[in-house]
Amino acid sequence: MKFSNLQKFLWALVAIAVIGLSGAAFWQKRPDTNPMIYSPPALVADFSLTDHNGNLRTDEDFTGKWLLVFFGFTNCPDICPTSLSEIAVVMDDLQEKASAVQPLFITIDPKRDTPEVLAEYVTLFHPAILGLSGSLEQIEQTGKSFKIFYEKLQQDQAPDGYTMSHSSSLFLFDSNGHFVRSFAYGTQASKIVEDIKSRL
Amino acid sequence: MINKLLILIAVTVTFVNIPAYAQTRDVTITRQWARASIGTMRPTAAYLTITNNGKDAVILDRIKTKIAAMAHIHNSTTNAKGISSMAPAGEIRIEPNQSVTLQPSGLHIMLMDLQRPLIKGDSFELTLIFENGQHITTDVPVLAISARGPKE
Ligand SMILES: [Cu+2]
Repeated sequence: MKFSNLQKFLWALVAIAVIGLSGAAFWQKRPDTNPMIYSPPALVADFSLTDHNGNLRTDEDFTGKWLLVFFGFTNCPDICPTSLSEIAVVMDDLQEKASAVQPLFITIDPKRDTPEVLAEYVTLFHPAILGLSGSLEQIEQTGKSFKIFYEKLQQDQAPDGYTMSHSSSLFLFDSNGHFVRSFAYGTQASKIVEDIKSRL
Repeated sequence: MINKLLILIAVTVTFVNIPAYAQTRDVTITRQWARASIGTMRPTAAYLTITNNGKDAVILDRIKTKIAAMAHIHNSTTNAKGISSMAPAGEIRIEPNQSVTLQPSGLHIMLMDLQRPLIKGDSFELTLIFENGQHITTDVPVLAISARGPKE
């Protein structure tokens, strides 16, 4: 078979069109496989809150330290003390590496959990844990940046007639403030220690 | 002779009575402890294991303690999205030869409206009342707020 110049030109066009179309198909398919494109915007530690000593603290204050963040409320008699006790064990077991890690307990019930309330609460678990509170708006902003969920649940028998449901994972951030990973509620302290030690 | 007879009667009565006594102990409470509170404004929790050694299932009706005006069984749950909450647990039924364990992150006795603070090292009485009318009172030691389980 012999192609005229015109035929060659036309075949070349077809080839280009095929490559172009498959390329387009490839690009359309890509988002499924490439987490860079469709993954939700990264979770960031962006906050401006008051610590349990009454000092204003922002995420920038903790640059240079790894952050281990837990959300909760002090009227929570089961989940929150269990997690804070776990964090206390983590801090003890990190030994000399503990100074590189700042554990934060951020209340999602700022109306009741003032800095004074947090001061008598978090310190019972470990001296390193810093409690953070703020206005309802500040906590809402913080929750958005951490992409956590919390909600007031009406419960007539609970103190003040309500309790809270809340994300109970632990969030780990590196010394530059970048999110590293979360630990599901109930992760053993030894597993957390092992993970953090491997990164420091 | 009469003395010997009396001893025999006494021994017989004692042994006959032991099973009767044991029957009231069909349900036992072990591994009980409570978490210290911060003052009386915020609730705290107590935990224990209920074992049913009897022939019939038992259902826990309610809990009474002088330390809290309200003592209810709650259940903490965490869903697939990592969100935790707690709610009244509903019926606690213990089948024969089964036990139910109340422990952190799950079933707990929520102590609300505290009448005095729960101080580490103290203990308090707590009564479990079952639907069959059985009452079991147990002495619950108060452990640190950071305690993670009963003292072994
Ligand atoms: Cu509860």
